[in-house]
Amino acid sequence: MIMINAPVRPRPEAVTAEGLAKSYGDKAVLDGIDLHIPQGTVFALLGPNGAGKTTTVQILSTLIPASAGRARVAGHDLLREAGAVRAAIGVTGQFSAVDNLLDARENLLLMADLHHLDRREGRRRAGALLDRFELTEAAARPVATFSGGMRRKLDLAMTLVGRPRLIFLDEPTTGLDPRSRRTMWEIIRSLVADDGVTVFLTTQYLEEADQLADRIAVLDHGKLVAEGTADELKRQIPGGHLRLRLAGPSELAAAAALFPSAARDDDALTLDIPGDSGIPALRAVLDTLDRASVRAEALTVHTPGLDEVFLTLTDRTPQSGAAVNSLQENAR
Amino acid sequence: MSTHAHALRDSMTMLRRNLTRARRYPSLTLQVVAMPIVMLLLFVFVFGGALGNGIGLPGAANDRGAYVDYVTPGIILMAVTSGAISTAVSVSLDMTEGIINRFRTMAISRASVLTGHVVGSVIQTMVSLVLVVAVALAVGFRPHATLAGWLAALGLLTLLAFALTWLAAAMGMVAKTVESASNAPMPLTFLPFLGSAVVTPDSMPAGLRWFAEYQPFTPVNETLRGLLLGTEIGNNGLIAVAWGVGLSLAGYLWARAAFRRGATR
Repeated sequence: MIMINAPVRPRPEAVTAEGLAKSYGDKAVLDGIDLHIPQGTVFALLGPNGAGKTTTVQILSTLIPASAGRARVAGHDLLREAGAVRAAIGVTGQFSAVDNLLDARENLLLMADLHHLDRREGRRRAGALLDRFELTEAAARPVATFSGGMRRKLDLAMTLVGRPRLIFLDEPTTGLDPRSRRTMWEIIRSLVADDGVTVFLTTQYLEEADQLADRIAVLDHGKLVAEGTADELKRQIPGGHLRLRLAGPSELAAAAALFPSAARDDDALTLDIPGDSGIPALRAVLDTLDRASVRAEALTVHTPGLDEVFLTLTDRTPQSGAAVNSLQENAR
Repeated sequence: MSTHAHALRDSMTMLRRNLTRARRYPSLTLQVVAMPIVMLLLFVFVFGGALGNGIGLPGAANDRGAYVDYVTPGIILMAVTSGAISTAVSVSLDMTEGIINRFRTMAISRASVLTGHVVGSVIQTMVSLVLVVAVALAVGFRPHATLAGWLAALGLLTLLAFALTWLAAAMGMVAKTVESASNAPMPLTFLPFLGSAVVTPDSMPAGLRWFAEYQPFTPVNETLRGLLLGTEIGNNGLIAVAWGVGLSLAGYLWARAAFRRGATR
């Protein structure tokens, strides 16, 4: 039988990594991770502090070498074609990478010079980016006087001067106030929608991953513990249920008899029926109630939030079963 | 564009950046100029009379004018070492800021970051040398050098500035904090004192005299004195250039290795 080496993919991949690992001495920071990120998508690497998120970004952006594994970034081999990788990527790190002694426009022009743009084009791009990030008024102010949100915007603007096809954002909103965070989210969305870039994002905020990412990978102790869309991840965790609210104690008793596995709350007059939140499961519950002529006052669908997914997946206990149990207890 | 053209262009960009930074943060530059000028005034007006007499300068019994001529070449060397401290500090400052990691992830010449720093610092040092010489002339320094002598002196000082600046850049790279970066080149600033800058080594005890005769600043100092004042140079010129080239190369290799090693701190 003939094996086809190159599988047909709908879109070329911006990042592929196999068995990427990094250790300092005998301490493994990154313990063999695989990544496949299609072009034009937002990928979020989600994990608690110390999970290895920044290390991953540093390796993929050529800042530090991996101890093991292979990766192709923007179509180039990370090790042999580091120069070509650097030409295609933009990195906005966790700590602001702006020159504090220059003003905002000078910072952007510095980037333009380093990308070997001619003077005219450099000025044009710097001006356009200042407008886009609403920094024009502050353009001539020393960056040292900027607020955290403004610095982060300038930082990202500097990354965009070279029109990278792939952008790494290492915790882009950590330490920002909610308003600046939303502004940053808008900017990231527009990068993908308008400029068609691929975004590799790390975050410790579930909401951020949920809001922005097409695919999320959960990193814990240097290992990927789950990967998928936000919905797929939520579905991986048992703990979803349908909650029926009933008119009185007799209705509750009747309903509880129909669903032996359900948990009843006599004070709140509710019945939690474990199961997924799909339409067939919903219909089955309603049909069962109809056949027994039990009338429910209200029905709500409870899917586990990404928070629960996160806490479950990154639980410090070694057995995943124990983690799920504790989650179910929390859900009650 | 070829790789070399890129490297040159990137180095020029980095140089412009560093010169702008130096203008924005002038206190470091002022410190570089102030130290040797204060030393000059101190040695001429406070110690000058006694020292000039004490080391028995030819035809200079208690004559400050003769001592100004003796001490100025040494003070010029101190101005170069003072520049080295500012290099170490500015490199270290830069390394602690996030922008250096941005440069590392960009497709730019790796060497340009350090080259920009070093060339910028050498320019700063040379500007401060001009100021120091101007003050020396104002307080009575009377060189009688030919144009060729001045040019040779300029060349020698540029070489020394490159040597010390590369060494200081490496010290700034490996220093964990800005404070330790400013301390690291400190021994360099003392070396001229332990040579022929302030007094003749003949007046020192045997061990120290031996050190004074063989350490790099003495031949540089004697060559500079010869070029500006017409004293005997002998083989000091060759030794001075050898030290300059050797230290430049060592500093360059050290700085380059340190830059490649330390991706993040």
